[in-house]
Amino acid sequence: MKKLLALAIACLVAVPLVGMATPQQDLSEFRDYYKQRFPGTPFEDYINGVYSIDPASREQWQEIEEFPPYELNISAGEELFNKPFANGKTYASCFENGGIGIRQNYPYFDTELGEVITLELAINRCREANGEKQLKWKRGPIADISAYMAYTSRGKIFDIKIPDDPRALAAYERGKKHFYQKRGQLNMACADCHKFYAGNMVRADLLSPALGHLTHFPVYRSKWGGMGTTHRRYGGCNEQVRAKAYPAQSEEYRALEYFHTYMSNGLAVNGPGARK
Amino acid sequence: MNSLRRKFIKTATFVGVAATTIGTGVLIPQRVLGAYVKAAFDAKDVNGALMASLGSDQHSASDAIKLKAPDIAENGAVVPITVSADMGNIDSIAIISTGNVSPLTSTYNLTPACEPFISTRIKMAKTSDVIAVVKADGKLYSTSKEVKVTIGGCGG
Amino acid sequence: MAIKIRAKAQDGVTTVKTLMNHEMETGLRKDSKTGEKIPAHHITEVTAEHNGKLVMTANWGGAISKNPYLSFKFKGGASGDKIKVSWVDNKGGSDSTEASIS
Repeated sequence: MKKLLALAIACLVAVPLVGMATPQQDLSEFRDYYKQRFPGTPFEDYINGVYSIDPASREQWQEIEEFPPYELNISAGEELFNKPFANGKTYASCFENGGIGIRQNYPYFDTELGEVITLELAINRCREANGEKQLKWKRGPIADISAYMAYTSRGKIFDIKIPDDPRALAAYERGKKHFYQKRGQLNMACADCHKFYAGNMVRADLLSPALGHLTHFPVYRSKWGGMGTTHRRYGGCNEQVRAKAYPAQSEEYRALEYFHTYMSNGLAVNGPGARK
Repeated sequence: MNSLRRKFIKTATFVGVAATTIGTGVLIPQRVLGAYVKAAFDAKDVNGALMASLGSDQHSASDAIKLKAPDIAENGAVVPITVSADMGNIDSIAIISTGNVSPLTSTYNLTPACEPFISTRIKMAKTSDVIAVVKADGKLYSTSKEVKVTIGGCGG
Repeated sequence: MAIKIRAKAQDGVTTVKTLMNHEMETGLRKDSKTGEKIPAHHITEVTAEHNGKLVMTANWGGAISKNPYLSFKFKGGASGDKIKVSWVDNKGGSDSTEASIS
């Protein structure tokens, strides 16, 4: 028994020597990469995605931001957020600070439940806890509520934590793996478009940098003519490289969102966003 | 702009015939302010649309009209357009997208209190010209700009 | 709130910006499941009033973007004055909202 224990401890100690970077190291490398790639872009500006690296589309985006369509979603979301459930309680009862100004804390790893909790997941769990039916994950009321909650958090800085728990680290690593793994008929990884080829054109689209991505979700896309959640876009992106999409709020996408948002630590919430 | 003039002189006879078949709303100098003329929005050609909505298809180029539109539309479904003019007595503005199935996107009837300024967002089917037509003192003036509409790579 | 209005008076001119909630369906799109054309459903007329007096009207076809935006300007107007924006669509739907010039 003592021998086994000693062996086990030796193995645990040996693992870091095998060269697995810590999340902090990953984050540092990530930021350095984009700094070198786009030397003219200040760190804070990455929240504006492709508009931080392309003046022409930035001008059009600013015209839309004059009176963006997502304002309709924020109003709708506010109404939904404040409307009591059948049992008389409201969403405020499920969140810290009554659900106001908290977007920057999601997703987080719940060490009790042992899973990643995204904002949309928390919204639906709140509903279930209060006897209400779940909302659909990708668009509609959940996107409006998420938009309102993001809006109340504008300016707050993302500070996603990875607790000292192997399950949390495993979720982070799973997300990181998804980000860098080639998939689909087109055999491309998220990193291919949004890291290594960020700023290049794919047909007539300019590829946005992954740094800052999650700060502007949920997002009103001109293409959708409406508001959609992060996992709606994840599914769409997977399908665009002709890979099968995972279900919204699946463990895989929650892990991806966990990693993806962590990579935007230090940047400000600016959701809901308006994009093409 | 000269090429447009030549085009209109060439097609004048065609328009003459088309005008009588379009029906009501044509050549009527006083239209009810605000009335929606369906024929204008159903017209599949620019001249027909202008005739039905503004009562004439003869317009001269004017650089007193400022048309703000992107060189390359980020998304053809939402193209920001702003029309302003350094001109007096404007009572109508029309915005045309020549590549659309029905080129007339909208018309604006301005009372004398209005400033010559309209801003909106239009759908463009494909790369084509956006033409802003302004009616002042009974005459039509225009300016146009080509807007490129592309097929994106990310499902745009 | 299906019509949002922002009106500001400055140097003798009032600028009004509005955002309306509407599908603005062209009638050219096909339903991906049935293959049938989705019928046109769009705002046809927009009316704007300042303190009850007509300022401008707009006639829209289906080619105005979904959740349409409109901005216009007029001479005069003062803080507190009422701006009313109304619309009707081709299916007989309508909406109207009033706001004050800031």
